[in-house]
Amino acid sequence: MRRTLLESFTHGPLTETAPSPGDAALAELAASVDRAARRRLGRSLAIREVDAGSCNGCELEIHALNNAFYDLERFGLRFVASPRHADVLLVTGPVTKNMRQALERTYRATPDPKWVVALGDCAFDGGIFSESYAVTGGVSQVVPVDLHIRGCPPSPVEILKGLIALLEAQKS
Amino acid sequence: MSALSDILQGERVGRHRPWPRLIVTPQTWRAVADELAAGRAALLGLWGDAGAVATVHMAITDASAGDIAVVSLACVDGTFPSVGAVHPPAIRFERAVHSLYGFVPVGAPDARPWLDLGFWDVQFPLGARQPAPAERPAYAFLPVEGESLHQIPVGPVHAGIIEPGHFRFTAGGETIVRLEQRLGYVHKGIDSLMTGATIERAAKLAARTSGDSTVAYGIAFARAVEAALDGEAPPRAQHIRGLMAELERLANHFGDIGAICNDASFAIMHAHCGILRELVLRAAGACFGHRLMMDRVVPGGVACDLTPDGANLIRKTLHDASQRFAGLIELYDNTASLQDRTAGTGIVSADLARQFAAPGYVGRASGRSFDARKSPAYPPYDRLDFSVPVLTAGDVNARVWVRIREVEQSIALIGQILDSLPDGPIANLLAGGGGSGEGLALVEGFRGDVLAWLRLEDMRVARCHLRDPSWLQWPLLEAAIEGNIVADFPLCNKSFNCSYSGHDL
Repeated sequence: MRRTLLESFTHGPLTETAPSPGDAALAELAASVDRAARRRLGRSLAIREVDAGSCNGCELEIHALNNAFYDLERFGLRFVASPRHADVLLVTGPVTKNMRQALERTYRATPDPKWVVALGDCAFDGGIFSESYAVTGGVSQVVPVDLHIRGCPPSPVEILKGLIALLEAQKS
Repeated sequence: MSALSDILQGERVGRHRPWPRLIVTPQTWRAVADELAAGRAALLGLWGDAGAVATVHMAITDASAGDIAVVSLACVDGTFPSVGAVHPPAIRFERAVHSLYGFVPVGAPDARPWLDLGFWDVQFPLGARQPAPAERPAYAFLPVEGESLHQIPVGPVHAGIIEPGHFRFTAGGETIVRLEQRLGYVHKGIDSLMTGATIERAAKLAARTSGDSTVAYGIAFARAVEAALDGEAPPRAQHIRGLMAELERLANHFGDIGAICNDASFAIMHAHCGILRELVLRAAGACFGHRLMMDRVVPGGVACDLTPDGANLIRKTLHDASQRFAGLIELYDNTASLQDRTAGTGIVSADLARQFAAPGYVGRASGRSFDARKSPAYPPYDRLDFSVPVLTAGDVNARVWVRIREVEQSIALIGQILDSLPDGPIANLLAGGGGSGEGLALVEGFRGDVLAWLRLEDMRVARCHLRDPSWLQWPLLEAAIEGNIVADFPLCNKSFNCSYSGHDL
């Protein structure tokens, strides 16, 4: 283990330059994010991820944000285990009817002020699953959504752009 | 199917390929169930079909001969003899058939719903659909008796970036005496969306059944369509499919090895394995335009070709990755505090692995050598040289080592695929059989064998069923965790890494 650790000192960091915030995301947030709430939370956001019926593709790319290349925590963004600790709910999937109640309860358990980010094409409007008897048809059908990040799944860079826009929206 | 051929009597369906489908009598259905119970055959899947005649299908394999067959039984009066009554691996399949179709398995040991959690507006959505009753009884978890036992309900929303499901632990002090799973939270109704879909749309649905196995599902669905229409993908496409499948296996195994160590609080392995996973996904993204390679496999071939630059990028990426990985294997092997957590934890017995025909690394860590790439085998693997690692300890450590050895095999396989990549077209037009027919495919994903069965009518899907390997792994997790401490559950769970979405459909 010592060798692996020492090598980390001699090799440069893998972490890459941050992308600039997504324009579309900034525009959507300008309309939705409450200014007073922004001031209270500062530049650090705790994110609770909720899978509401995704195929797990979105989760894989969200996981990637924690790897050495994207290093999400350098932006003051981190994933937390409880909605009680969260400022942001990051929701994936078309929201299956079987997950609707769990999502509503998670939303209610998250203290105000809070934001909801709907991640992926399914979370936007149910995507390819929207016709099914078993889905509600998107996150905004169940809880109010502040930001949509589209893609199937969106790449880590696309997710970063959206989340950085959320931070920028707080600063302004 | 030599051992079973005496029992398998029935009317053979003409347009079912490549393996036979037989319409059988209840007597034969029961006889097959007895063969499964006796261990002379293994259950690959059991699903319903509300076509012209209400039917249940069961896919079975004769482990020794590597032969596969589907037996079908008409559900007279909406019932069929329970297989789960004598062969426990069938129990959850039958509960799902009842919840989705309303067909009743007579004599089944467990009549509780499965997948239907009481939130749908309809009952039996794929069968005789009817409005759901207003009042539904609360789900009865299995009773537990004894002094000083306490229960820990976990989920459906878990404390991490994980799929949702409910786990009900009963513990005596720190020791788990029973785990009961309740799944279905991510049920999207894929089977119903498939019905009537065009082949193109159905392929997209198949690719989104379990996102981590999108290539495996893509290949399984495509091979089932090709079987039904009596066509096949051109040799170059077969090789590119194999390449994508091995890249998917590598990315997932790197991720899993790191995540298992992380659940034993050994974060450095997680960080380094995360880098390897990312390198593979980036190479896949650069070569095929999508990091997970979603929708790149299409019925008839593949959607995009591999350029010489792409091939060089993959070679270079894997050369770097295998050098880095060698150091990580050494690190895993030499860290006693980590081995202390993984060795002897969460043991799956060889008998259970055999009984459940445990797919993938769960089976191969418990002495079951099955790998669909070897048997029944399919292109390009039938022309490639590789071995299937098998261990017998059945614990978390064995499931890690099987993955490590599979990483090495996959890297070698990709080298062979790139060296022998044939020239030619990457897709064939499929139009055989007048656009109608039935097909079955069994494809080895990173997690285990994915089964795809479908019936096409006029180039549309009349019925398609996709069976995730997790169906036959989830019940074994309940067995593996018994007697372990609660704190080791994440470790055991990650070493299985079952799919929720693939299981819930």
